[in-house]
Amino acid sequence: MKLREVVAKLGLEVAVAADTLDREISGGYASDLLSCVMARARAGNVWVTLQSHPNIVAVASLLGLAGIIVTEGACLDPATIEKANEEKIPILTTSLTTFTVVSRLAALGIQGAERESN
Amino acid sequence: MVKPKEITRVQELIYELKIADVMTKRVITVTPDMTMAEFKEVLRVNRISGTPVVENDRLVGIISLEDLIKALLAGHIETPVRERMTRNVFTISDHESVVEAVKVFSQRGVGRLPVVDEQGNLVGIITQGDITHGLLKAIELDYHAEEISRYRASHIFEDIISDRTSLILRYKVDARDFTQGGEASSKIKRALTRLGGNPQIIRRVAIAAYEAEMNIIIHTDHGGEIVAEIQPEQVRILAVDHGPGIADIEQAMQPGFSTAPEWIREMGFGAGVGLNNIQKCADEMHLESTLGVGTRLQIVVYLQPDESKLAGGDDETS
Repeated sequence: MKLREVVAKLGLEVAVAADTLDREISGGYASDLLSCVMARARAGNVWVTLQSHPNIVAVASLLGLAGIIVTEGACLDPATIEKANEEKIPILTTSLTTFTVVSRLAALGIQGAERESN
Repeated sequence: MVKPKEITRVQELIYELKIADVMTKRVITVTPDMTMAEFKEVLRVNRISGTPVVENDRLVGIISLEDLIKALLAGHIETPVRERMTRNVFTISDHESVVEAVKVFSQRGVGRLPVVDEQGNLVGIITQGDITHGLLKAIELDYHAEEISRYRASHIFEDIISDRTSLILRYKVDARDFTQGGEASSKIKRALTRLGGNPQIIRRVAIAAYEAEMNIIIHTDHGGEIVAEIQPEQVRILAVDHGPGIADIEQAMQPGFSTAPEWIREMGFGAGVGLNNIQKCADEMHLESTLGVGTRLQIVVYLQPDESKLAGGDDETS
């Protein structure tokens, strides 16, 4: 499944890097603790969080994530948008809660990291 | 908001490339005494749509397909070029940047510009097609240059001979500077990628370096330094700071133990698994710390896949 399809099916707003929406999603991960993301998220994963500061871009870039979904209508820091454009990390926003986003991603067949690591 | 760094390569190139680099040097010209019928033959044979008009080595005008059509409609096909040509010719100098030609094309609506040298001699002709062609060629050359530099980077350890070659990258990390968080580790990751490292192993180095970098940002009084020493067989990351130091290293290694204040935790940091993450990614880890003096964390990751441990952050393959 591509990020573009997720955007359409979940009605997400594309905040950054619309030209990188054709990345294939390898799975999903949700957490607001960056070290947990560093430890568990896999390359190509879509990451669901309500954090919105520039460091989410650094984390996504280092891990090679497919994109970030920022939930609960969190307002993106301008520095986050700038950095995401530089690093070509797509950021999608929604007013939905993390739980709802994750459940809908799961309904689309996107699975968690356990599928790969266990 | 357009920032200088957002200027595209094409925008850079139209300033870098000179007219002389992209112009057509072999200029087909006609003389003012030729008839429009003869001019039509020149266009047909050479498959072009206009030419400069030259008399005694001097540029006296320019004439195009449009002038020919007008002459045909008016039944003036046997009149000399002299009577149908445009006399006020815009020219451009061969040492100008391509951007100057782009400006003339958009402002004057002309299709071609004769190119002259400093003495005013006709040395070439430039069309919008020449510019497109020149840009494409330059971009292709850039691409090859990038390929070559990537190749060279990945062979650096073979090219440079010593008993023990290493590449040392140093990064200053400021305390509390969250906007720069991950900069050093991103740059280390990029360097290792250029050097042609195994992506799974680079990922482990990047995670370990990121956690070490964030620890300096989050916990130190005055920041510190990250040094990456790259050798053919291993990467050694050294994260050094000057305080406050860790009171109880064993406790600090416990997942979930953190001394980060609330405001830092709210940003998603200080989960207390940083050191744990580092240990999972590293093949060797040495942590020394003295309260009031500082902390010195050394992380080694082996670059040869068979020597490195398989646990940790690299289990993305199934």
